[in-house]
Amino acid sequence: MKRWVPLVAFLILVGFFAKGLFLNPREVPSPLIDRPAPAFELPLVGNDAASFSPADMRGKVWLLNVWAPWCVSCRQEHPVLMQIAQSGRVSIVGLNWKDRDREAAMLLARSGSPYLAVAEDLDGRVGIDYGVTGTPETYVIDREGFVRMKHIGPISPDVWKQKFEPKLKELGA
Amino acid sequence: MIPELGHFALILALLLALVQSVLPLVGAQRGNRTLMAVARPATQGQFVFVALAFGCLAWSFLANDFSVLNVARNSYSRLPEVYRLTATWGSHEGSLLMWVLILGFWSSAVAIFSRHLPEDMVARVLGIMGLISVGFLAFLLTTSNPFERLVPAAPDGNDLNPLLQDWGMILHPPMLYMGYVGFAVAFAFAIAALLSGKLDAAWARWSRPWTTVAWAFLTLGIVLGSWWAYRELGWGGWWFWDPTENASFMPWIAGTALIHSLAVTEKRGAFKAWTVLLALTAFSLSLLGTFLVRSGVLSSVHAFATDPARGAFILGFLAVVIGGSLVLYAWRAPKMITGGGFSWFSRESLLLANNVILIAALGAVLLGTLYPLFMDAMGLGKISVGPPYFNAVFVPLMAPALFLMGVGPLVRWKEGSLPDAWTRLKWALGVAVVAAVLLPLTLDGFKPWASLGFFLAVWITLAVAVAFRDRLRHGGGSVAHRLGTLPRGFWGMQLAHFGMAVGIAGIAVVANYESERDVRMDVGSYAELAGYTFTFHGASEREGPNYRAARGTLEVTRNGKHVATLHPEKRLYNASGMAMTEAAVHPNLFRDIYVAMGEQLDEQGAWSVRLFHKPFINWLWLGAVFMVVGGFLAASDRRYRIALRRSELPRGLAAQGAGA
Repeated sequence: MKRWVPLVAFLILVGFFAKGLFLNPREVPSPLIDRPAPAFELPLVGNDAASFSPADMRGKVWLLNVWAPWCVSCRQEHPVLMQIAQSGRVSIVGLNWKDRDREAAMLLARSGSPYLAVAEDLDGRVGIDYGVTGTPETYVIDREGFVRMKHIGPISPDVWKQKFEPKLKELGA
Repeated sequence: MIPELGHFALILALLLALVQSVLPLVGAQRGNRTLMAVARPATQGQFVFVALAFGCLAWSFLANDFSVLNVARNSYSRLPEVYRLTATWGSHEGSLLMWVLILGFWSSAVAIFSRHLPEDMVARVLGIMGLISVGFLAFLLTTSNPFERLVPAAPDGNDLNPLLQDWGMILHPPMLYMGYVGFAVAFAFAIAALLSGKLDAAWARWSRPWTTVAWAFLTLGIVLGSWWAYRELGWGGWWFWDPTENASFMPWIAGTALIHSLAVTEKRGAFKAWTVLLALTAFSLSLLGTFLVRSGVLSSVHAFATDPARGAFILGFLAVVIGGSLVLYAWRAPKMITGGGFSWFSRESLLLANNVILIAALGAVLLGTLYPLFMDAMGLGKISVGPPYFNAVFVPLMAPALFLMGVGPLVRWKEGSLPDAWTRLKWALGVAVVAAVLLPLTLDGFKPWASLGFFLAVWITLAVAVAFRDRLRHGGGSVAHRLGTLPRGFWGMQLAHFGMAVGIAGIAVVANYESERDVRMDVGSYAELAGYTFTFHGASEREGPNYRAARGTLEVTRNGKHVATLHPEKRLYNASGMAMTEAAVHPNLFRDIYVAMGEQLDEQGAWSVRLFHKPFINWLWLGAVFMVVGGFLAASDRRYRIALRRSELPRGLAAQGAGA
């Protein structure tokens, strides 16, 4: 009997591989999809007196882009976001995540801001509500305030065309 | 035209591989000498055509033929020539072509250096290797054609991934594949032995030098990869327990177990079934590694092909090759009669313990690598297993094996004597214990893991010294003469073991006493680390062939004396727009000073800079070099060459055989 052990162990392994082949290891499913976007009220970067809340965006399809000045891939996606903002296709709201050094305002002043507004999530609480695993992450939120899509990682022109455009069309933006 | 020629050569190679596998295997089963004789020429022919295809692909890269999809994706007109050549194996398709090329190389080598083997054994071995070639060539041609055209041609290429534009990466894949694929020889010998039913010790002797050479290459490949990661990723780390690294490490552990187990099977005829199983395992893990990396089933920073069709093909191939060989094993296992018995304290029993520990460690690495996949496949969520798991499990598991490494070579086969071993090793043990306590104190305080590392390093080194002393005690002539008469097998083993000791010492120090700082540096400001003062003289623009770089200048001094001027770079590659950190390193035998540029912080030219002090890191590479040289020395031992010379072959070939 013993001599069959390696074969059986191997076959079990193959079963898992076959299953694993059709899973996307990069896709961490978000439980928020098709749920209302968690509410919050945060001060704006560069203007502590004003604040932002997702309720302000009711009636619009918009993007919530989680980023941070210390994040390198956020800089990578910055030019893409600038283009999107300039095209006027959709409004982008930034969530400045755990920016302890308060560098966001300076950075945006220097390299330009693609954002309608940038909320300051200093302690990362709102990030926890949204299940942020790292920066950058972008949420597509519809007119009723429901999260419809989540993208992890920087938005490249390809990702924008293949992932965001169809979704935005579907949501009528 | 040239790419089509390459494509055509690849198709011919597939046909020849079919001939190479089917005819000799049938011939060996039926005892038909004519069919068996096909094996050698078909093998050589297959290799020639694969080499031709590879040459065509390399030519397309060198000539900047952007009408070839693979070239357009992975090269760039302004890429320096040497990287255009290495871009040949920088892509998924190209690296698989290299896999097949190296398999062809090993098959050819077996065809040439096997004149002393029985004809049916050669036919079976080459036939099995041919079957593996068939699988990989079919994979290339059906899912990953490296010669696919791009119509219309691209005006310029996308550039080779900047991470791969480093000369550690030029050598890493070929060496790694030499190791991976080299285990195919041991695998083919094991399958041939199972097929023929002649499971005597002879196949162990035949496959032993091949396995040792493959192991040495794999060691070199892994270390080059580690060295590359250390220099190129800019984090100063040299091992990340990344799935791709594990994919190369698992065959290495199995291969290490195999070369030790082969020693027992060759000398004593014991552990036959176990050795066969290890030979199957080592190559299976090589295939598994290829599958894991190429299919994208585990995400990893540097897995570069995520395509289910490819994954499904490799998985199917994996199931056939490994599944088939395990069925064959289960069927033939009862025929394997184990030779001579041995007492509980003997070289056999110690090597068995070594094997058991190595396999346990292998299991731990395999589990950690695949655990995320298991969890995901069963719908239990996405998790990742990181270095804490691997370090916590692997290090304690390996420590006993490393201890036994000191004892094993000094104990006699069959019946060792514990009191005798104690007499010979008690001083070594005493010195090692004292060193374990005192050495950490000469550094930055006592740390238990560092202490364990020093103990093992000193222990193994002294055991090597004791082995030499014992060998030199007998015989006449000067010491130098007696050293010269020691067989290369002995030198090889001792050198490899000593290399392990050097490597352990390096790891123990660097893992426990390294220091790093992330600092903001204004022009003219300085920072201190580990007694060194780093003065930042600002960064200047520099034009590279295919990138622009900000080149920092840092002066390193110690107690006011100049040590080095370092130029780390932050590069922006033109074609891909990727930013890369090019660290600057000032090495010596006892430490590396390692500097990497972070980000520019303001208009006045301040940068964030990462400073590392890496004590003894170079011992790690040095130890690995000893292991590799030891492996080659052992494989070139006289007794394997005598076997070659004894056969009746023409002079010229005999001379070649002696050089192997």
